[in-house]
Amino acid sequence: MIETSRPDTRPIVEVRNVSKHFGEGETRVDALRDVSLDVRPGEVIALLGPSGSGKSTLLNVIGCITEPSEGKLTLEGDTVYDGRWLRDDLRKLRLEKIGFIFQSHNLLPFLDATDNVAIALDLAHVPRADARKRAIELLDYLEIGHRKSALPAKLSGGEAQRVAIARALANKPRIILADEPTAALDSKRAGIVMDLLRKLAREQQAAIIAVTHDEKIFDRFDRIYMLRDGRLESESAAVASA
Amino acid sequence: MNLAWRDIRHNLGRFVMTCAGLGLLLAVVMSMIGIYRGIVVDALTIARAPETDIWVVEAKSRGPFAEASRIPGDTRAAIARISGVEAAGALTYQTIEAGVRGRTARLYVIGYKQGAPGGPPVMVEGRHIARSHYELVADRSAGLEIGERIRLGRTTFEVVGLTSQQVNSGGDPAVYITLADAQKLQFDLDPAAARIQLARGGSPASRETVNTVVARLAPFADADTVAASIRQWKHLGAITQTEQEAILSQSLVDRARRQIGMFTGLLLTVSAVIIALIIYTMTMEKIRHIATLKLIGAPDSRIVGMIVQQALALGLIGFALGAALIFNIKDFFPRRVILEADNVLLLGGVVTLVCLLSSALGVRVALKADPATALGG
Ligand SMILES: Nc1ncnc2c1ncn2[C@@H]1O[C@H](COP(=O)(O)OP(=O)(O)OP(=O)(O)O)[C@@H](O)[C@H]1O
Ligand SMILES: [Mg+2]
Repeated sequence: MIETSRPDTRPIVEVRNVSKHFGEGETRVDALRDVSLDVRPGEVIALLGPSGSGKSTLLNVIGCITEPSEGKLTLEGDTVYDGRWLRDDLRKLRLEKIGFIFQSHNLLPFLDATDNVAIALDLAHVPRADARKRAIELLDYLEIGHRKSALPAKLSGGEAQRVAIARALANKPRIILADEPTAALDSKRAGIVMDLLRKLAREQQAAIIAVTHDEKIFDRFDRIYMLRDGRLESESAAVASA
Repeated sequence: MNLAWRDIRHNLGRFVMTCAGLGLLLAVVMSMIGIYRGIVVDALTIARAPETDIWVVEAKSRGPFAEASRIPGDTRAAIARISGVEAAGALTYQTIEAGVRGRTARLYVIGYKQGAPGGPPVMVEGRHIARSHYELVADRSAGLEIGERIRLGRTTFEVVGLTSQQVNSGGDPAVYITLADAQKLQFDLDPAAARIQLARGGSPASRETVNTVVARLAPFADADTVAASIRQWKHLGAITQTEQEAILSQSLVDRARRQIGMFTGLLLTVSAVIIALIIYTMTMEKIRHIATLKLIGAPDSRIVGMIVQQALALGLIGFALGAALIFNIKDFFPRRVILEADNVLLLGGVVTLVCLLSSALGVRVALKADPATALGG
């Protein structure tokens, strides 16, 4: 294990016995069954599993987008779900604590790269000038500063993905959830993005949970979890060596 | 950061086209309202021109505009003698066809007694009729010019003056001639009717009928009282100016109002449906972006604001374009199109309301959008 994930550090993400089913009776689907998972600051973990095994559902539960059916969810020591949502401002909580990176970059097509990042700060009531300044810093940090005025339609897949990462990082969240962040990228760029996320996790003491199918980047994770039919089955420890 | 504006600016061309399309539609709505107001005002103009208080007509007639009315020419003198009547004028109204520069035009011929109420109102060019025969004052819309000669019946008239916007409820331009000329014209054009009257034992003087006598009252006189006393003559009826305007707007204009009202209602409904569809489509196209915004933590107010602002921008820009268009082309309509500020503002209010209501449809979809759909996978 790398040094930042010492067992004595309190986890930022604590998932306890979470289950989630959709529908009832004949149409009931058990997407998550009794899942428990801890992620500590600085850790980068991967979620693997066949299609329909519940990976996205687990990310959505941690991201407070999908309400679990039972269990308990604690983010940064703050219990947000325990049989019911304990906070009524989930969107504000997402804005402050969680950064999302999507499979498709989901940038807003009518904003340029800078404003696509600045919007996240704008929503957090950061004044416009400061928001743009920080957005440009982030783009520079992700080595995409030269494309700061481009509209998403003019960006390559990898460039757009990095802008999306910049947006996810804008409010300095300590939890970053990524659903197949490298699926749209070639292996070289996928590697670059993953290295970036690792660097981030270390520097910002953030927890990163990524869904991936991409075997080429498995070595970039501290731990790899396997979801099968809603159950978090296997765990392979620290393959990462960086 | 104003998302509504940024999104519009991104698709500016399309947005402007949509506004322009909506503007055309609203211009049609406005022109319908303007045409209707034009008909009402035209109909009332002729009845208001004599600046009279009482219309003396044939007993039981609601004339001279809504129904036929014929009374003896000497009625004027009798009415003028009633106490409280300051001035009385005799008038004839007839619609005739006449050749104007090689084409046939319908003219609304008004015969009036010179020096008495009922003559042409303010002139825009030329002068009033000065001689007792063969002179004519025409409305500008008849297309006649000063000095031009025109044949009505068997008589040739010279145009000496022009008025403006004096047309009857059918849009036919008014033409003023002296009462004597008008009575001769009536006789010339309908000799059969005149002969019957002669055969009934009427003297040639019966040619001297008029359609109405208008009475202008002294300031102290009460119109209803004077009208009541006129009605004591069994063969006469009396209609106050207020009643006359009510008759005109009911009988003559009412059908036009209902017809145009139906059409305007239909157009407004169509516009409302179109606005609703445009806004709904605009929202559906953005639904994934809205889900993204929700996911990264945008509050509902921000999303609702974006949709409502775009809906209002669409409606108000469309309305402004439509209004600009109609104000520029209204004078090219063959009949008067009258755009009154309060009608236009009312329509603006209706458009705003329609935009707000139809954005409710978009807002509903947007609020139901699941942030999870932004994640995909
Ligand atoms: N909103 C929903 N309503 C009903 N069933 C759902 C819903 N979301 C997910 N499911 C079901 O839950 C199960 C888990 O879905 P999930 O999206 O988490 O799978 P996944 O592991 O992300 O799959 P993939 O690799 O294809 O993205 C699937 O059977 C899916 O059909
Ligand atoms: Mg998935």
